[in-house]
Formats: sequence, structure tokens, C-alpha cells
Amino acid sequence: MKIAGHKITAKRVAIYATVIVITAVMLMPFAWMLSASLKLSRDVFVFPIEWIPSQPQWQNYVDIWTKIPLGLFIYNTSKLTIIVTLLQLLTSSFAAYAFAKLDFPYKNTLFLGYIATIAMPWQVYMVPQFLLMREFGLNNTHLALICLQAFTAFGVFLMRQFYMSIPTELCEAARIDGMNEYQIWARIMLPLSKPALSTLTIFTFVTTWNDFLGPMIYLTKTELKTIQIGLRMFISQYSAEYGLIMAASVVALIPVLIVFLSLQRFFVEGVASSGLKG
Amino acid sequence: MSISNSTIAAGDAPAASRRPSKVLSRRRRKIQSALVAYSFIAPNFLGFAVFTLGPILFAFVLAFMHWDGSNAITFAGLDNFWRLFEDKVFIAAFWNTIIYTVVSVPATLACALGLAILLNQKIFGRDFFRTAMFFPYVASLVAVAVVWNMIFNPEMGPVNMILYTLGLDPKDMPGWAADRHWAMVTVILFGIWKSMGYYMVVYLAGLQGINSELYEAADLDGANSWQKFIYVTVPQLAPTTFFVTVMLTIQSFKVFDQIYMITQGGPGTSTLVLVYHIYNEAFISWDLGYSSMIALVLFFLVLAVTVVQFRRQRED
Repeated sequence: MKIAGHKITAKRVAIYATVIVITAVMLMPFAWMLSASLKLSRDVFVFPIEWIPSQPQWQNYVDIWTKIPLGLFIYNTSKLTIIVTLLQLLTSSFAAYAFAKLDFPYKNTLFLGYIATIAMPWQVYMVPQFLLMREFGLNNTHLALICLQAFTAFGVFLMRQFYMSIPTELCEAARIDGMNEYQIWARIMLPLSKPALSTLTIFTFVTTWNDFLGPMIYLTKTELKTIQIGLRMFISQYSAEYGLIMAASVVALIPVLIVFLSLQRFFVEGVASSGLKG
Repeated sequence: MSISNSTIAAGDAPAASRRPSKVLSRRRRKIQSALVAYSFIAPNFLGFAVFTLGPILFAFVLAFMHWDGSNAITFAGLDNFWRLFEDKVFIAAFWNTIIYTVVSVPATLACALGLAILLNQKIFGRDFFRTAMFFPYVASLVAVAVVWNMIFNPEMGPVNMILYTLGLDPKDMPGWAADRHWAMVTVILFGIWKSMGYYMVVYLAGLQGINSELYEAADLDGANSWQKFIYVTVPQLAPTTFFVTVMLTIQSFKVFDQIYMITQGGPGTSTLVLVYHIYNEAFISWDLGYSSMIALVLFFLVLAVTVVQFRRQRED
């Protein structure tokens, strides 16, 4: 018994040690970023690493707002992200309802159109898409990025999979009660699909907020830039200002961190369920 | 669907002549319900058709054209296709993409599975650890890539400093992103670090789907942990592993952002990948036709993986 008990503790200790070491390695870049953001540029690379700066340079967090229009970049990104996410949620859940619960001609053909492109990397058609947007006069507008990201096959697919799992009897009962399809969608399906909506919100938010190649192709005017390409511009302009670069990076991470932590539970469930059905 | 409906309608014809109003109203109701359905689909589908389907079709046409984006388009036939075989940069990009995929897919998969098994156990603070592992996946790429570059800076970065204090000769020190032999390793390590948390979550879901009776039966047979892993966990996770492999492979084929930020495809062409070449040919050289031809290569690589997945799903 004693030996067995001892064995289990040893195993436990080993497990905890492994988990803690891996977590430390995973989070090390973030810790380093945070620490460097409070240092003078010449102290950033001092070794051994001084994790907690003795003289924290809070000034870095003041300077970044004047060195580059960081506030404007954050505003642009927030605007894009919110519009794209809302459009994505609305149009995807709307279309998904028809695909999951209604019967109509060419249903399978239309759905196949979505399925066929779900695995298609955007990089395959980014060039013709750019030419099309240029033709529409949307080059250097936020509208181009909204059009590009708001109507995805993934969104429709994810929502449809979820709606399929809601019993059709619910819709039929509502129809007998005299609800029309729009009411059924708004009053029955939407409230029931919170987990799927949260998953889609997080995925869309994170991809739009972090998107790099799209804004890089479409937005060349500084006043239109998003935080990602703005940050990139900052890095190439002030490549030796390590402290400032790190401070700006921390600022760019914060909104995603907040959204992620507040919706984290849904995120894990969402990845798990959409992942397996995928 | 539409065929069976029309036969029913034809069979009902005599009845219909007797009660025309009922059939008419049924038909009208059908059209009406179809219109309602289309109104649900239209907002998304129109956007999707114009901004995704259209450009995809256009990509196939453009691959057989010469166009610089401003002068007239001319038909190129197979010119762009033959050019692929003479383009040394394309050949390098193709093999770099394959190397990236062949190394990073199994490595990420193994890390993700290991993490999932570790964090599927009942340990204190499990949710915190899971969240921590997942965070790099959602973190802004630009921000983490610049940190990565600083940490792996060959002269001053903490990684090489640690290697130095561990006694590694400065001559043998890896040059990471600046070294043609280490640049690909640097980019792959970054990719694994960034994405393994995501696949860990997929694996966690897979692990929770395994019937615990299987482990109990294995216990009765006197299996040790390793045997349980090999004979219960691995086979039970096969569908998850397959899904993860497909996802990771497609992700690897289209890798771009992290390479753009860490190595810019260099040194030389040592980390130049397909999407990088597509980008350069389109937005630097404005050779839109040739760029689309390279995009088609990427398309067929992804298609091959998808077809394998589809076949496999049918077998199951």
C-alpha cells in the first residue's frame, strides 16, 4: 500500500513538473514581451534576463501613442472586426436556417457550392479577388475587407451543423402556433444556438483582428491601416526601439486576450465540436 | 426532389381539374416557401458568390492568360504552366512548402496529442493550463513574431545566450532566422508553438469521447499505461488524428504570414514557400497570370488532400 501510494505521488509530481515546464515555455515569449515593454531599448537584451525591470519604463506606453497613430489603428481594426463579426453571424445563421430546416429547389447544389470551397485556401483566389475589388473601386477601402471576410463558407457550415441538431419538431410546433419562418429563426433558433454563435464570434473576431495579408494587400494609406499592419510599419520604422515595439505589441494583444478570456469556455467547446464534425 | 414532386403532380392531374383552386394554392404555397428560403440564403450567398466563387473561377481563367493588371489581357495557352518547370524560385518554393509540411505536421500532431493526454488528467489548475497552451493560437501574429525574432536573435537573443551559458561554442551557435540551414527550423518551431494548443483542444474532445469501459477492460487484462495508450487510445483516436492531419496539412500548404514576418522567405530562397511566390509574382512583379498558375498548384495540392479525406470518410 505504502509503496503503491508512494508511486502515485511520484507520478503526480512528474506530471505537475512536466505541465508547469511546458506552460512556462509556452508563455515565455509573452512574459519576455511584457518585461521588455517596460525597459529601455538598450536594456532589452541584457543577460541574464531581468524579468521584473528595476526601473519600469512606463513612459514606453505613453510614447507609442504619439510615435504612431496607434489609437487610429485600433479604432480601424475594431470597426472592421465588429462589422465583419456582426455580418458574419447574421448572414450565416440566416442562411444556415434555410439549409437546415427548409426545403427548396437546388438546396443541395447551393450547399455544395459552400462545401466545395470550405477547404480552399483564400491564397488561391486572393489575386483575382483583389482585381475584382479594384474593378469595383474598393481598393484602399475598409469595405473591401468587410466584403472579403463577412461571407464565409465556414460560418454557414458551422451554423448549419448546429441547427441540424435542433429537433425539427420545434419548428413545426411553432409553425402550427402561427409563427412565420423569420419569427422561428429569431425567437427559437437564435436563442438556442448560443454555443454555435459564440464559437463563430470568437473565430471571426480572432481572424479579423489578427488578419495580416488581407489588410497588407488592400490598405496602403496609413490612415486606413489596421493594428497588425500598423504594428508592422512601426517595427520597420523604429527597428531598434525594442522597448517601444514590445509595448505596442502588448497593446495589440490586449483586445484579443480580453475576448478570448471572457468567451474561453465556449471557445474550447466550439473547437472541440466543430473540429470533430468538420 | 424535384423529379418526385413533378410525378406526383402529374398523377394528381385529374383530381386537379376537379379542384383547381386547391392545387393552385398548394403550388403557390410551394413557390412562396421557396422564396422565403431563398430570402434566408440570399444575403450570405450573394456576398459569397461575388467575392469567393467568382474570384475562384476567375483564377482558373487567369492562369492561362498574360496580364500585368493594366494593359490588355492576352491568351497565354500553357505558357505559364511550362514556365513553372523552368522557374528555379518556384521549384524551391514548392519543395520548401513540402518540407515545411512534412516536418511540421507530424511534429505538431505529436505535441498536440502529448499535451492533450497530459491535460486530460485530473490535475489542479487544469483549465488554466489549457488556456495557457491555447493562447498562442489566438495571439496576434505580428506581435508574437517580432518577439520570436528577438528571442531567437543570433547575437543578443536569450535563446543563444542560454545555449552559450550551457557551454555551446559561439562558432556552433545556430544563426536561426539569419542562417540558411536554421531558418526553416526557426519558422517550423514558431508554427508548432503557435498552433499546437488548438489541436490539443481537438484531441481533448477526442479523448473525452473514448468509452472508459475500454480502459477498464484493459486494466482487467493487466495492461500497463503504455499498452493502454497503444491498444486503446491510439486506435480510438484514429478519426481525430485523421482530421487533425488533414487540417494541419492544408494549413501548412498555405503558410505565409509567419514566414513573411520571421525570415521574409530568406536567407536566399531557403524559406520561400508557394504563397510567398504567389504574392511576389502578383503584387511585386504584377505577373498576374503566372501568379494564378502557381495558385493552381496550391489548389491541386489542397484538392488532393481533400479527396483523400473524402474517400476515407466514405469508408467509415
